[in-house]
Amino acid sequence: MARKVTLQRKLGFTALAWFLGCIMFFPIFWMILTSFKTEIDAIASPPLVFFQATWENYQLVLNQSDYLKYFGNSVVIAGGSTILALLVAIPSAWSMAFSPTRHTKDVLMWMLSTKMMPPVGVLVPIYLMLKYMGLLDTRTGLVIIMMLINLPIIIWMLYTYFKEIPSEILEASRMDGAVLWKEIVYVLLPMALPGIASTLLLNLILAWNEAFWTLNLTAANAAPLTAFIASYSSPEGLFWSKLSAASTMAIAPIMVLGWFSQKQLVTGLTFGAVK
Amino acid sequence: MKLSSMLIGACSVLALTATAQAETITIATVNNGDMVRMQGLTADFTAKNPGIELEWVTLEENILRQRVTTDVATNGGQFDVMTIGTYEVPIWAKQGWLVPLTALQNDAAYDADDILPAIAGGLSVDGKLYAAPFYGESSMVMYRTDLMEKAGLSMPDAPTWDFIADAARKMTNRDEGINGICLRGKAGWGENGAFLTAMSNSFGARWFDEDWNAQFDQPEWKATLDFYVGLMNDAGPAGASSNGFNENLALFQQGKCGMWIDATVAASFVTSGDSTVADKVGFALAPDNGLGKRANWLWAWSLAIPSGSQKQDAAAKFVSWATDKAYLELVASKEGWAAVPPGTRTSLYENPEYLAAAPFAQMTLDSINAADPTNPTVKPVPYVGVQFVAIPEFQGIANNVGQQFAAALAGTKTVDEALAEAQLITTREMRAAGY
Repeated sequence: MARKVTLQRKLGFTALAWFLGCIMFFPIFWMILTSFKTEIDAIASPPLVFFQATWENYQLVLNQSDYLKYFGNSVVIAGGSTILALLVAIPSAWSMAFSPTRHTKDVLMWMLSTKMMPPVGVLVPIYLMLKYMGLLDTRTGLVIIMMLINLPIIIWMLYTYFKEIPSEILEASRMDGAVLWKEIVYVLLPMALPGIASTLLLNLILAWNEAFWTLNLTAANAAPLTAFIASYSSPEGLFWSKLSAASTMAIAPIMVLGWFSQKQLVTGLTFGAVK
Repeated sequence: MKLSSMLIGACSVLALTATAQAETITIATVNNGDMVRMQGLTADFTAKNPGIELEWVTLEENILRQRVTTDVATNGGQFDVMTIGTYEVPIWAKQGWLVPLTALQNDAAYDADDILPAIAGGLSVDGKLYAAPFYGESSMVMYRTDLMEKAGLSMPDAPTWDFIADAARKMTNRDEGINGICLRGKAGWGENGAFLTAMSNSFGARWFDEDWNAQFDQPEWKATLDFYVGLMNDAGPAGASSNGFNENLALFQQGKCGMWIDATVAASFVTSGDSTVADKVGFALAPDNGLGKRANWLWAWSLAIPSGSQKQDAAAKFVSWATDKAYLELVASKEGWAAVPPGTRTSLYENPEYLAAAPFAQMTLDSINAADPTNPTVKPVPYVGVQFVAIPEFQGIANNVGQQFAAALAGTKTVDEALAEAQLITTREMRAAGY
């Protein structure tokens, strides 16, 4: 009897998970579907589910824009900022997790508070700083800004993961003669690898999709895929199919990455959740 | 060969290479058919101007506006040519953010006098041209000739609002999904804000009196909004408060609108192959109320050079190329006369080939000529602009006011409540801005 209830609950939860998953995926599914429609089919009312599919939008978008340039910029900005942020965040989180002071909590809260301000509030000062440093519309400038923007979240995530690791293990390594960098590289990092991997992936996704700074600090040279998408929207004219094609091409790489790394993502995000 | 000679030779080659390197100008623009076509014709410019390369930054209109405003206000110098609208030009010119196009204005070959006076007026400050129009537009009535005939009516060239309302109600057939009229309802200064401001001009309303006092508590605004809400309730599409240009275009192209009053640029869309009613569309001037002003607006996407640009000479060459008469001929030779950017030059409307290719040409010209940005409504006003008020605060205020109007259309507020709120918002913001 008990087993039957468990099975029912299992089935119920599975159905609910599928239902929620479908709801969440539906906008992406519809976008992909729209990218294969003509502009007239895209605006048809009621919406068309069956239609004559066309590659025309993809051809047009590829002819009109230099996709690879935008893609390359996205890879450099998202990848570069993530790696740089991890290099800064790992020692910071280590210090806060294993050598806390009475101000550690305040510092963590202060870092998080920088995310509470609307970005547009600091647009002009940051724009001027980059202008005077000659970093406007450069990938270097964007890498630095994206690193700084996501750093609080990365430090918080890593701090949470590191706190789950017993400090006695690190102490034992020190007793065995490990110096600081060896303690971090050979003892801490392997144990926190799932957490670091999920932090890396999450930050990569956040940096890839970031659309305020990447649009406002770039022009012709460093514009990533967010600018590529923005170039296909228009207040006057039909553009849904082309916009959908551009969006599909922009999100495809990060979706594929997310698909293949979902195991690491889930492991990392649930790291330490069940003891 | 001695090492020193080799080094000198290498340095000379490097110096020559640097000299021969092309100057690259960056152009910020919006995504629309005419601008995309211009990008495709870049080769013609670079052939005529060796040594100048073009880089394009194409963005959605609102993103572009935010992006170029940040750059021009901080003298960022990221763009050498900016595509801006009639709203920005007078404000930015007064701030000293734009380079006056004096050389272009005095160039006999460019023939600046050929620019339509209404358009040139909106892009000039103290007689100096600060932006060159790439294409211009007004608004007009587009209607279904078959439905009009079925309703037993005949559209005059210059209809009144009463005729439009009567025709809309008679053309409406909810069973067949036909709405008598489709008008903008989506909130936003460039959406319902533009339409209702232009409409209010024909009802004698104005945003501000001569002392910059908000005027939403005046009977002319109540008459405008009562008429609009009543007409849309009786003959408009369901969910009209979410409809902007694109939504109404889709409805009209699918044969679900009897009439549509919107930008003249839509004429080419509704008569194109994408439209299911392409061969059943007629055009008329925007309506009036017998007060001497019609409900049409005036807009031009124009090319301007920001004062922060380090390549102003090269930028001026590009602006000249993109907006002179030869460019129109270039587009015509490649894609036909119907594809040339409309609404900028008088000579285009004297060209029989263009008039034959674009059946909506004369109506577009008449609509543009009927708009007067310096004297937009019946009563005197302290501002410039037909469907906007050319002050920096207008965008923010009109976005809020547009939300009130959309709420009135959706029925979540009464017309009186919406107008009272609009009056309050505008008065408060203008007071805070020091008017």
